[in-house]
Amino acid sequence: MYRLYLGEASSVHEIKGGHDLSLLHLAIISPFLFAIIIPILYKLFRQVHTGWFVLPLPILLFSYFISFISSTSNQEIITESVPWIPALGVDFIAKVDGLGLLFALLITGIGSLVVLYSIYYLSKDKEKLNTFYVYLLLFMGAMLGVVLSDNLIVLYTFWEFTSFSSFLLIGYWYDREKSRYGAQKSMLITVLGGLSMLGGIILLYIMTGTFNISEIIEQAAAISVDPLFIPALICILLGAFTKSAQFPFHIWLPDAMEAPTPVSAYLHSATMVKAGIYLVARMTPVFASEGLWVWLIAGFGIVTLFWGSFNAVKQTDLKAILAFSTISQLGMIMSLLGLGAAALHYDDIESSFFGAATTAAVFHLFNHATFKGSLFMVAGIVDHETGTRDIRKLGGLMNFMPITFTLAIIGTFSMAGLPPFNGFLSKEMFFTGMVRVLELNIFNFETWGMLFPVIAWIASVFTFLYSMILVFKTFTGKYKPEQLEKKPHEAPIGMLISPIILASLVIIIGFFPNILSNTIISPALESILPNNTIDVHISFWHGPTPELFMTIGVIALGILLFLTLPKWRKVYDLFPTKLTLNRLYDGGLAFTQKAANKITKTYMNGSIRSYLVYIFAFFIVILGTTLAVKNAFKLDTSNVSSIGFYEILLALAIMIGSISILFVKSRMTAIILLGSVGYTVSLFYVLFRAPDLALTQLVIETISVALFLLCFYHLPKELNKERMSFKLTNAIISIGVGAMVTLIALSAHSNKLFDSIAEYYIENTYTEAAGKNMVNVILVDFRGFDTLFEITVLTIAALGIFAMIKLRMGGGKKNENK
Amino acid sequence: MEIVMAIVIGVLFMSATYLMLSKSLLRIIIGTGLLSHGAHLLILTMGGLKRGTVPLLGEEASAYTDPIPQALILTAIVISFGVTAFFLVLAYRAFKELGTDNTERLRGNEGND
Repeated sequence: MYRLYLGEASSVHEIKGGHDLSLLHLAIISPFLFAIIIPILYKLFRQVHTGWFVLPLPILLFSYFISFISSTSNQEIITESVPWIPALGVDFIAKVDGLGLLFALLITGIGSLVVLYSIYYLSKDKEKLNTFYVYLLLFMGAMLGVVLSDNLIVLYTFWEFTSFSSFLLIGYWYDREKSRYGAQKSMLITVLGGLSMLGGIILLYIMTGTFNISEIIEQAAAISVDPLFIPALICILLGAFTKSAQFPFHIWLPDAMEAPTPVSAYLHSATMVKAGIYLVARMTPVFASEGLWVWLIAGFGIVTLFWGSFNAVKQTDLKAILAFSTISQLGMIMSLLGLGAAALHYDDIESSFFGAATTAAVFHLFNHATFKGSLFMVAGIVDHETGTRDIRKLGGLMNFMPITFTLAIIGTFSMAGLPPFNGFLSKEMFFTGMVRVLELNIFNFETWGMLFPVIAWIASVFTFLYSMILVFKTFTGKYKPEQLEKKPHEAPIGMLISPIILASLVIIIGFFPNILSNTIISPALESILPNNTIDVHISFWHGPTPELFMTIGVIALGILLFLTLPKWRKVYDLFPTKLTLNRLYDGGLAFTQKAANKITKTYMNGSIRSYLVYIFAFFIVILGTTLAVKNAFKLDTSNVSSIGFYEILLALAIMIGSISILFVKSRMTAIILLGSVGYTVSLFYVLFRAPDLALTQLVIETISVALFLLCFYHLPKELNKERMSFKLTNAIISIGVGAMVTLIALSAHSNKLFDSIAEYYIENTYTEAAGKNMVNVILVDFRGFDTLFEITVLTIAALGIFAMIKLRMGGGKKNENK
Repeated sequence: MEIVMAIVIGVLFMSATYLMLSKSLLRIIIGTGLLSHGAHLLILTMGGLKRGTVPLLGEEASAYTDPIPQALILTAIVISFGVTAFFLVLAYRAFKELGTDNTERLRGNEGND
């Protein structure tokens, strides 16, 4: 194991030794390995919930990754490398730094809680638990791979794996129409982004000659003037934005809520959707020199923040509210990362000033995972115990589910940014970051930057609003038992453990935020903004700062809006229902399918003749063009052999014979002509010094003609009559093919690029194989396998023929009797 | 001679193509037969014609004809025989079952053109 000091950054790249699979690699692939044995365990122990077998793995991995904290907090980076495709410079480099570790802990930590929760959520009698846990483990391994790979190709591979496993998990209840729709939508959008990201990765490779992120970062200054720099930046961002559900790609996330709730809690709030954020954070040292990077991320982030929170208010499904809330919170983290990247443009002292935004991003990333994870679990409990998630039907559950209600209060208040929860701290820091925008004087922020704190504040009001709707519409108000499928009661304790742990974290971090400062946040900042001097210290009370007044304003306006909600709700009706992004997606999808279908049908019409025409036409066009463009046609008559009288005779016989076949009407004549051509060919073999060929050809030709005559008894008397235009097309194509083959034959004869390898056989035939007939020795000795397979082909043909003659279809008898 | 052979091969390919494009199964099979003749002669011609004696070491000649094209063709002759035989029986069975050897009618269309 290599432990390196970040201070000597250059030495990181000297590690080339130790190409063994390390414990770290094993940790990353262990979920994949475990996924293999899950179906077996499921079959063997049907009476035990499969989740119990899965649970130890994430817990074990979590404790393993915890052990890295001491290293990363000392600014050490652990790197392990295993060659994967060395020829292309692709090594499986596992790297644990602050940022990677933060994500690894989230993945395994939340993963453990989600598995525990799912044991009580999914019934072992009704659900296909084996597939569920296989998908979940696939996802866990893929996600670990994304955040712990230093090689972009490896990262991309795992990245797509997360898309696939997410697809499988969303479509887990595949008999539901909506699940399939949601799964397909998320797949199409995230894989589209993934492909674009691959393009960006390749562009980066073209510029730097390496796929390793740490090496690319070293060349960041050099490539920033490259013309490919901006395209690479945009491609990579497209990947990050689609994955992290940024506007306008956010539309897949609400539909992904069709997944079982544990999946939503895990993938679609805490981990997978944060992969885009991870990518942005990881690539910040590469791209931050470009103003576009700062503007795009901050801009899309803030728009997403607003749009998500604004739309969350009008949702009536608990999980839909949470989905839009997740979109909004992801936008918030994104915008903070974008603004924080501006810090890299300043000297050290000032950078701590702007680095506040990045600190807030990392801190909120962690907080969001805690409160949103617990809220999803709460939504799952409500769904599980009442049979509905519709807030119009819910209400007054406080008395039935006091513990769940408490958990919901903690989660939503943290989300709304209220003290004393962790959400309050990161929300304050978010405001700080946004207000500091006003002090930026690069990339035109001094003019348009004013919009950021304003939008941020408005979005926060809506965030407060939907948080209140979420908790109070569900747990207070009028209890409507007639609308519920089940009589509500408190969830079993096992289901409550996970949200309780998360909610306790919300409170603990709210009171003691600095337990994260040097262990988690500071090392992660070092990865995003290298060589920073940010001193992370999160304090609860800042004094009467603008941020505090902003929070008070949010609460005041939020309460006002909550109380007057029915009055202004009509605002949402003003938005057109026909012109939405979802409609655009559906329409686009339907159009592509229709268009593709139409285009394919025009040429894939099922007629073999058409396909042959395409093949021949391509043959003529492509080879003809190549011959012309490459100027390859050459006629060299210096090296030709003599022409004998017999040879002319035979040539004429073949040509006349084969052309006559085209015109004869009787099949008998056609078969005889074919036979005559075949015998003439064997005579050619005689003249051209090929006795073996001549003998074989004679035998084969005789059998062929016999076979033709055997079959011809049954075939129709007259050959089909064909229309003139049909014949003309065929004639043009066939003359083209014939001419092209002649041209190729002449050019190939005239351009001798290589010497014949015949000398080898002439010299070795006798010494190596003790045979004097070179052709025979080549067939049975030097190229014996060819002959073996030739015999295999013959055997298969013989079996096929036998089957066709012996076996009868249903109607066979009837026809034979005629 | 190679130039004459190039023309012969072209004619063989032309006839084969024309036959394969027609609608009668029998003509298509005859076409594939001609096509393999053309391909065999093409391979043989590419190796150079009459550049020495037959490739038998017993002849003890100073130059031999290239044996490799001959070995390739020998394999190809046998394979093409297998394919032709298979096609023939396929056509025979198709005709017995369906009463036509017209590829358009086999697909269920009226093959008038």
